Parts: sequence; C-alpha cells; structure tokens
Amino acid sequence: MDGTGILKGLAVTFKRMLDTYIDDFKRGKKRYYTEEGIRYRQSAEVKGIFTVQYPDEKLPVPEEFRFVPFLVYDEGPNGERKDRCTACGICSKVCPAQCIWIKRATNPKTGRPIPHSEEFYIDIDMCMNCGLCAEYCPFDSIKMDHDYELATYDRHRDNILNKERLLKPASYYAQIRPLNYAREEEAKRQAEEAKRKAAEARAKRMAARKKAAPPKKEDKS
Amino acid sequence: MSTDDLNSPEYKDKIPEELQGTVAITTLDRIYNWGRRNSLWPMMFGLACCAIEMICTAAARFDFARFGMEVMRSSPRQADVMIVAGTVTKKMLPQVVRLYNQMADPKYVVAMGACASGGGPFKEGYNVVSGIDKYLPVDVYIPGCPPTPQALIYGLMKLQQKVDKQSIKEVYSNAGKEIPIPVLGPDIMDPRDYEKIREYTLKKAEAEAQAATAAESAQSA
Amino acid sequence: MSEQVVATEQDLLLSRFPEVVKPDERKGYDGYIVDAKALLDFAKTLRDDLGYDYLSSVTGVDYLPEGKMEVVYHAYKTTGGAPLVFKVQVPRENPVVPSLVSIYPGADFQEREAWDLLGIKFEGHPNLKRILMWEGFHGHPLRKDWHEPYYEEEHKPYKSRWPEGKAFRAEDRNPFGKNVDYPAGFDPAKWTPDISDALIYEGLGRIDKPRDDLPTEQIIVNLGPQHPSTHGVFRMVVTLDGETIVDLEPVMGYLHRNHEKIGERNTWLMNMPFTDRLDYLSPMSNNFGYALAVEKLLGVKPPERAEYIRVIMAELTRIQNHIFAIGMFLNDMGAFFTPSLYAIEERELILDVFEAVAGSRMMVNYFRFGGVARDIPEDVMKKIHDLAFERLPRRIDELDRYLTNSEIVRARGEGVGVLPAEKAIAFSAAGPVLRASGVPYDVRRAEPYGIYDRFDFDVAVRYHGDVYDRYLIRMDEVRQSIRIIQQALKQIPEGPIMTGKPQYQHRVPPGESYGRVEGPKGELGFYVVSNGKGNPWRYHVRAPSFINLTALAEMTRGHKVADIVVILGSIDIVLGEVDR
Ligand code: SF4
Repeated sequence: MDGTGILKGLAVTFKRMLDTYIDDFKRGKKRYYTEEGIRYRQSAEVKGIFTVQYPDEKLPVPEEFRFVPFLVYDEGPNGERKDRCTACGICSKVCPAQCIWIKRATNPKTGRPIPHSEEFYIDIDMCMNCGLCAEYCPFDSIKMDHDYELATYDRHRDNILNKERLLKPASYYAQIRPLNYAREEEAKRQAEEAKRKAAEARAKRMAARKKAAPPKKEDKS
Repeated sequence: MSTDDLNSPEYKDKIPEELQGTVAITTLDRIYNWGRRNSLWPMMFGLACCAIEMICTAAARFDFARFGMEVMRSSPRQADVMIVAGTVTKKMLPQVVRLYNQMADPKYVVAMGACASGGGPFKEGYNVVSGIDKYLPVDVYIPGCPPTPQALIYGLMKLQQKVDKQSIKEVYSNAGKEIPIPVLGPDIMDPRDYEKIREYTLKKAEAEAQAATAAESAQSA
Repeated sequence: MSEQVVATEQDLLLSRFPEVVKPDERKGYDGYIVDAKALLDFAKTLRDDLGYDYLSSVTGVDYLPEGKMEVVYHAYKTTGGAPLVFKVQVPRENPVVPSLVSIYPGADFQEREAWDLLGIKFEGHPNLKRILMWEGFHGHPLRKDWHEPYYEEEHKPYKSRWPEGKAFRAEDRNPFGKNVDYPAGFDPAKWTPDISDALIYEGLGRIDKPRDDLPTEQIIVNLGPQHPSTHGVFRMVVTLDGETIVDLEPVMGYLHRNHEKIGERNTWLMNMPFTDRLDYLSPMSNNFGYALAVEKLLGVKPPERAEYIRVIMAELTRIQNHIFAIGMFLNDMGAFFTPSLYAIEERELILDVFEAVAGSRMMVNYFRFGGVARDIPEDVMKKIHDLAFERLPRRIDELDRYLTNSEIVRARGEGVGVLPAEKAIAFSAAGPVLRASGVPYDVRRAEPYGIYDRFDFDVAVRYHGDVYDRYLIRMDEVRQSIRIIQQALKQIPEGPIMTGKPQYQHRVPPGESYGRVEGPKGELGFYVVSNGKGNPWRYHVRAPSFINLTALAEMTRGHKVADIVVILGSIDIVLGEVDR
C-alpha cells in the first residue's frame, strides 16, 4: 500500500524520540554534563539523543589521539628545564609533509655540533597529524598533543610553532598519555638497570684482570 | 537565550533589579551582531577529506545547529560563512572565488584544515593552492588534518567572537567588492598579476636564450 | 597444476606471437613485453581465447635513465586467479601506443590519465583529452624531468629541514609568492582561456534528427563542480533532450592533489599516511592495499595477530563506508538528512574505535610494513565485540526494515541505471557495482590476500544491475562483514603485532609489485616500482571510484535528469580517490 514506507520511517524517528525520554527518565541528570554520561553516550549501548554539548561538555579523547606534535622537557628538582631532544633529526626525516625544521646547536668554542637543538620549528599548516615523528623518536622527546582548540585569526603569526610554543613538561605528557608514559619510563628504568649491571660487571672484570696481571700494566706505563 | 550577552556592560548596572534578566539595554551594534552571530549559515560546500568532518559536525553527535548554523545552504546567495573544507586545487580555484563573489555581504571565510590554511601535506603539489588566503580574505584558520568536529566548532566559536566585535560600519565597508577570478592558463593566473607574469616569462626566455648561446659557444670551442 | 596452466598459457602466447611477445626478464619483474604493433591482437587473444576478460589497471612508467616509457596492463579473469601483466615499451620522446578502448572499454579514463600525466599518446582513443589537469596546462607532470613550482629536491627528506633548519615557507622562494610557474615567453594577455570548456562541449554527442512528432532542442546542463548532489567536487556535463539524458560527460580533476607525484618523492613509509587521504572514508583499506604491495617486494609477512587485526579493521571500514554510503544515497533520493543522521551515528561509534586504536578518526595511518602500528587495547576490543555482536546487527536490521521496502526507494531505484553484466566487466567496474550486476567477483575470494581464505563468508551478488540492487548489495556486504569480524574476534590469537623491528628507512629490493584489496568501493590496487632506493620509482593507485565512473554515461543514458543524482549516489564515489 502506498504510504506505508513513509509511515514506517516516521515510526522509526518517533521511536528515537521516545527512546531519548525513556533514557532521560532512567538515567536522570547523570546523562548530561557528567563524565559517566558522556562515557555512556560513547558506548555501544547508547540509545536516544546522542549529542555532545560541546563546549560545555567535551568528548574525552582516547590516549592515542593525536593532533599536532609537541616537545617534551624534563623538569629538574629546582625547576630547571632539560629538553629531551638531541637534534638527531629523525622526526624531520620521517615527516611525510616535511614540516619540521631543526637547527642543531653548536659548541661555541669548537664550532662542532652538540646534541641539542638550537631552533625547532613546526609549520602546522603543513602538518598532517600522522604521528610518525612521535613513533620513531628514539628519545621520547616529540609527542602528539591532545589539544585541538587551536583556531587562530592569523596563521602567519601563529601557525609556525617555535620551540617556546612547542615545549611542554613531561608531567603534561604523563597526564595526557599515562599508559604510554608509564611504559616508556619502565623501559628507560630497565635500560638503565641493564647499563648499571653491565658497568658493574665490567668493573668487576677489570678488577679481576688487574689482580691477575698487575706487573704487566706497570711495565707498560 | 539569556539577556546577558545582549546587555552592554556600561548600561548593565542601570537596569532596575526587578527587571534584570528580562530587559536588556544595548547598542545597535550589539543587537545587530547578536542576531548575526547566532544565525551564521554555512555554505554546503565541501572540497576534500575535511568536508566529511564538516558533515559529521552537522550531524547528530556534534550538531552545530546548537549554534544556529544548521541551515547549510547549497546556494552561495543564502550563505554567510564559507567553510573552505579541504584542499583547494588550481582547477577548482576559479569556482571557489566565484562562489565567494556570489555570497551576500557580510561574508566570512573559515579555512578548515591544514590544506585550506596553507596547502597542508599536499602543499608541494603542482595542482594545489598553498593556502586559500592567497586569494580570499580568511577570518579564522583551523589547523589539523582533519580538525575534529570539536575543533571545527571551536573555530566557529572564534568566528562568532569576531563577529561580536565588529561594528555595523566596518561590516559593510567591503560590500560589493569582487575578487577577480583567476584564469586557468598554463598554470593558474591571477588577473592582478598579469604584468608580473609577463615580466617573469620574458626574463626567463632571455635567460634560456643566453644559456643556449653559451652552450653553443662552449660546444664550438 | 596451476603452474602447468601458466606454462601452456605462456607457450600459447609465445608461439602465437613469435618475436613480438617476450617474457619480461628484468629482475623482480613479471609478465610479458609486447611490441606496440602486436598489442591489439595480443589483447584480443587474451580476452577471447584465454578468458582474461577484465582489464583492471592501465598505467605508465617513465624510465628516464633508459629513455623509455612503459605502459603496464594488468588483466584478470572474472573467474578468479592471478593477473596477467603485459607491458609495452616505447621511446620517451614520442611515446605512441595503440589504444585498447576498442577491446577493453574500461581502459578509457586510465589511458586519458596516462596521456595527461605522462604524455603517452594512445592511438585510436576516441577522446584523448586531459582528464585530471585542464587542457592547456603546461607539461606532463608525472614525467621525471618535470618539476613543480615548489620543487626543492628530487627526494625526501629534504636537506634544508635538518640540520640547517631555517624555517621558511615555500612561497617565500617563489617569485609570485604562490605555487605557480609559467613557461618562458608566455604572454597572459594573449591567452584564450575557455579552451577546456569548448573541448568538453565538443566531445558531446547529439541526436542527428530530432523526433518529428515532438520538435525539441537539446540543451547542455552542468552539474557541479559545486553541487549538493555530486559528493564533492565533481562535474557532469549533461546533454538533455527535454528531461531525458542524451549524453553525459564526467569532468574530474577538481581534487587532483598530485598524490602520485608526491608519492614518488616520498620514502616508502611516508606514503602510508598519504594513502589515508585517497578514499578518506575508508582509510584502513587503503593502508591495507599499500602495505600488501610493498610487503610483496620486501618479502615480509605480518604475524598472526596483526593479520587478524588487519582483517577486523578492514571490515569495520567496509561497514562504516557502506553505512555512510547508504545514508548519503538516501539523501540523494530526497530523504534529506534523516537517514544519514542515523547512518552517521553508527559510523561515529566505529570511528571511536579507530580513534582509540590508531589515534585519528579518519586519517588512521595504522598499517606498517610487516604488521600494524599498535595493538588493540583491551577496552576497545570489548567495544568492537559489543558492536559486532549486538549493536551493528540490530541497527542494520533497523535500517533494512524501514528502507528496503520503502516505496520511494523502490520506485526510484528499480530499473534505474541498469548496467548488464557483460558491460560491467567490459567497463572494468569493480566492487558493489560489479557484483550488483550479477558478477560474483570479490578479490577476497578471487585472489585471497592476508588471511581471508580462513573465513566463512558469502560473496554478495545481485542480478539486476540497477540502483536498487546496488543499494541492497551494500546491505548484504555489511552483514557479511559483521560475520567476518565475529569470526575474527573469536579466533584472534595473542602475540606480537610486528615482524622485525619497526624501522623508518626501508631498503626495498628492485622490482615491481601490484597489491590489491577489495576496498569498500571495489578493487583498490597499488602498482609500485622500486629501483632499490629509499623511494618508489613509480607509485600508482588503481582507484575503483575513478574507474567505476567510466560506466556512468552508459548507466544514465535514456533516463530522466533527476535520476543522475541517484545513479551517481549508487556508485558511491569519493573524490579523493577519483582525482587522487
Ligand atoms: S587538511 Fe587533511 S583532512 Fe583536511 S583536506 Fe587536507 S589532507 Fe584532507
């Protein structure tokens, strides 16, 4: 019969509307503006209205979410900053859009490059948010940020990020990516442990050798 | 809508207590902008990947109808905002400029995504316009590739803030001015640049001729 | 057994075409090199005697050091099996190759593309014009000695980025401050601009005699490039007789982002995030195809768990794409936005999964050569579980209930835009378009890749070849994809997700490779050529959306103008892939 299709369609829409009210009734105030409510509206069980009331409530981003990159610095006990970046250039080499510029610092006396970056720029008008830089950085120094509220009025002034705007503390990183941070710290700790053990073993060996053949060494010197 | 954002701050205290919240004293600019900022109609105009995120922003989950933007118009004559969502190619550029010219004043341009702002990952491509601001005046740039729906909404809110600050006089100062439409030649040509292009190609031809004679003389020698 | 078949095939071809057909003996290469003179006969033999009825991909390669242009063809049997690759080599200065359009009409757009980008002339092509760039553009950009205005270096990474690192914008180095360059001695004032439009109109057919009972005049209507129905920036030049479509010419290239030129400048790994931006609605499939092509060259195989993750992700992509396509298709039918709102809701939930696993909703950049970038976290696994076992089947049923028998969908879909099976094959249509025409051809079955041979699923097929069937087939495929995901979730083992160490510089052995997957839009192929360096020498994408459009004119002819929108919607194109 003509028109049944339209009626069916309307019924589906009507059901959706009812769902919203039933759901509101069941979950009460918790449904809106609470973390729990948002989580529910992100889950596969969600029924009824689906809208996230940005900016009053924000859809939480998952840990792996990536927007533009930032640089991590470690904080010393007295608040001094120590960037992790060693200017090895891997991020700028893997960047598909080639939007990372790094100038290596040089030792003012010898003029030789030192493992430190003097300047670091990212043009976020070219960046494709792919995350390869963060994935391949061996020093865990460049990471993808979660902050997406970056709209500007003037891109020529604001959209080439320099070191000052890129650097963020490790504590911030730990806060946005807790699991990754914990994993990396653990790996670092283990590596250090292994290094220490190796050093100890070496020291022991050396001592043993010294004991075994002390006169020879004296000869040589 | 509460009267708070309608009130002019300087008159706010003059409203009697019992009328607070019901009556608002405002300036013409303010009420005019209040009306405009709450009914910014975007043009239904998508270019590339970012357009999909724009559709998602219009859909149920993020729903920019909450900002009075639900009426996506396919005709430029009825639109206030042009969201340049995606890569602008040279082949498409004349149409984009033409669409802009056809929009009614006051009109706004939002460059959504890295591509529209500055060429993005495709910047080096031979058919890509490295930033729509080379041709159109852009009001808000939204970085990201693609900006997530929430980032887009944030950008649109920035645009609303901009609208808030304008005065009626300046809003229409550019009315009726058309941007010359670029022409597809051997490469895209901006009519304003013709003089420059001629100069450049003449110089290039000279340089080539010189190089040719130099090569010839080198050969004969 | 199969080797024997190949052997006899080879014997037959070589004995029938002595001298002019030789096996390709370069290291890492496959197939035959055919003399340009014999190409037409060779192709005819392939199609009529050997059963290679489906010409999947045509592309050119510029071998600059050898001074040669090569045209590469990949032909398949629609009954399944490996490709037969054949090539024609011509000198670089004046590359002329006979056109195969008369034998395989599906070569039409692809040959035009090769002409446009590489300057290879196809003799006998009915309409050899530029397709992605505009008529009048200077040069053929994919040639290795052609440089774009922002040219910096032959290959990435650029030296200026590190260690010099003085940030600049490319426009600062261009005399115009824009991405433009002009040939020497060119005078803009003497330029006649409309040439491309004039040519487009010229190419359209006309009815010689108007009907005598009803004197009518034909008019030409442009749909697009900015038009709400075109799914992006696509243009159709339609010749109308009253309301009836006499002819239609698709015009594309409005989103031509020079994917291949940039791809040949990139390193192998850098191309992975770029593939996301091809068909931006189904990025995981694109990753999959490219990873397969390069893995073939590298000779690596991902570990078990990674294989399962790949399948789960690819199928989720298919579901997400088809749901979106159905929603948008209903939009085109006039059910403005309500069905798409529901469709997008399901899509959002799948995008949440992508975001949690890969980091981005759309641009996933998730596959690596020899595995995937990250493991699926526990809670996301649970969510996929919930989606695959409960929510999606329920929602698909709901969509089905209220759309499939809706009289509007039926009235506007049934018998509209019919593409018979023979024509679908001839036009090299792929994916849902091909299968809706009654050809059960699915790369996952015909030439299984990854671990698709382990799953139990049906190749969806419908037989009318009309718009309605193309809608139904998407529904069927979503159901099959859910089935595959359910099996994969049950079987997925624990273990590593990457073979070998993650690395960013790949030494890829010289040779060619063609990796193809069944993307949501159809057969998505990546043809890559390596010369042993860090960058691909040639990187070509066989884009299903692009090639499916070859049949568009055929499907629309004789229908009413309002049907164009519906027919285009039923093909389900994404412009990022059409124009690349
Ligand atoms: S900015 Fe990124 S997502 Fe947006 S159009 Fe460009 S490539 Fe696509």
